[in-house]
Amino acid sequence: MTLLTYIINGISLGSVYAIIALGYTMVYGIAKMLNFAHGDIIMVGAYISYFAATSFGMPPLVCIAVSMAACTVLGIAIERFAYRPLRNANSLAVLITAIGVSYLLQNGAQLLWTSNPKMYASLIDIPALHLFDGRLTITGSALVTVISCVIVMALLVLITKKTKVGKAMRAVSEDKEAAQLMGINVNFTISVTFAIGSALAAVAGVLLCSSYPSLYPTLGSMTGIKAFTAAVFGGIGSIPGAFVGGILLGVIEKFAEGYISTQLSNAIVFSVLIIVLLVKPAGLFGKVRREKV
Amino acid sequence: MSELVRVVNDDALLTERDIKMAPVLETRHLGIEFGGLKAVDDFNITVGQSEISGLIGPNGAGKTTVFNLLTKVYQPTHGTILLNQKDINSYDTIKANHAGIARTFQNIRLFNNLTVAENVLVGLHEEMTYNLAQSLFKTPAFRRSEKIARKRALEMLSIFDMQELADVQAGNLPYGAQRRLEIVRALATNPCLLLLDEPAAGMNPSETAELMDNIRKIRDTFHIAIMLIEHDMNLVMGICEGIAVLNYGKIIAKGTPEEIKNNPTVIEAYLGKQGED
Repeated sequence: MTLLTYIINGISLGSVYAIIALGYTMVYGIAKMLNFAHGDIIMVGAYISYFAATSFGMPPLVCIAVSMAACTVLGIAIERFAYRPLRNANSLAVLITAIGVSYLLQNGAQLLWTSNPKMYASLIDIPALHLFDGRLTITGSALVTVISCVIVMALLVLITKKTKVGKAMRAVSEDKEAAQLMGINVNFTISVTFAIGSALAAVAGVLLCSSYPSLYPTLGSMTGIKAFTAAVFGGIGSIPGAFVGGILLGVIEKFAEGYISTQLSNAIVFSVLIIVLLVKPAGLFGKVRREKV
Repeated sequence: MSELVRVVNDDALLTERDIKMAPVLETRHLGIEFGGLKAVDDFNITVGQSEISGLIGPNGAGKTTVFNLLTKVYQPTHGTILLNQKDINSYDTIKANHAGIARTFQNIRLFNNLTVAENVLVGLHEEMTYNLAQSLFKTPAFRRSEKIARKRALEMLSIFDMQELADVQAGNLPYGAQRRLEIVRALATNPCLLLLDEPAAGMNPSETAELMDNIRKIRDTFHIAIMLIEHDMNLVMGICEGIAVLNYGKIIAKGTPEEIKNNPTVIEAYLGKQGED
């Protein structure tokens, strides 16, 4: 039964990683940049939903909506003011800017909300499932997390495959200049990508804090790095890859915690990443890109 | 009335059929410098409403640079570009495309991971009017718009008999078909001026002959002006009504194919190396 518990906890944690990883992978796939501030948007999203619930007493669904809306605006603003001016700069400049934005958000949050952890009361008010005469418990938030993750992934696949803006995204991801010459508004398309990624980050923030109820300004950095690892693990740029990578990473982490050592769990997670990248450098679902010389 | 006078000035390539109409494209003293190097200098041409014109010249003469100036990939350092009498100097590439300039590329730049139909649909992007919410909920407006767009895409592909290839990944098409798809994708953006950058590159003589027929067919069906850069003299002399010859960024000759063939400056700069074609 403990094995099943670990698997279920792992899938639930992995679903949060997967939702964050989907944001990473979308932005990377389309704008070809690593948005290292993505993890910190999760933190902002969690804080906003916390204050919406505690200070304004809004119902849970409204809290989530408010938090998604705020993060969407934040994501678009970050792209507009920090990344767009560097659209044609080399990727190292963009990467360093992203790290800068990440610190800005962390320290801004510390200034505004202090570094004392806040107790996050779960927004998900669904009773836990008790199976096998109470020997196996699945919490309501774990259930909601897994279901949201599946829905989010299905929606993203639908958006990129079936919609006009999705086609524009895939065109921009292949050749920005050619897309522009075909009349596609590249800036708008990239803004939409950031908007979607940041709204997802808000959802991830709420789900994460509903399961692990401690909220502090650097919450996003470790979670963000692990989700990034999940995206690389699955093959960065690939939507199913981020999903599978996230779930696997969550399960591996829970197994490591349960069977080996809580302290070593992060080290084990990252070692698995290194091994996967040694065997399959493009990640599980990534395409091997041949550089033309 | 001044427009009409301008059509018959000496910048005009050959505009007898369009002589009553204002030109679709007119450039005045167009030029660009890259760090003191004049890549294109004092480039003046006039292109009629449904004229097929050619831009030829030795390698490095600045032909593709002219296309990059017209599509606003480069911002000209001198001169003006008038598209349907409107100054498009302040436009960016997207606006220039929406205003009616579409192009293909010397080295094919299709969206290889998209299907053939999707490549054309990217071109049709502007015409599809539904929004994201409508598409997620699959409203009737979305379905209708999607159906019409798909039908339009297939119609456009049928120009080159490519409708059966609609669901093939563009990157998997044979080379000639990729070149044709690029033309269809550009046409899908509903241009009034279509710029073809070496459309016959890498084609065999029979494919080139077919391409010539198709370029004429496109002009006659869509009533648009087509300007092409090409090294294949049979193609250029065969379908262009007016030709401009570029050398070291400057126009050295303009006229009908006959005039160009017999122009001593051109023969010296360019055709002379190839002999009489």
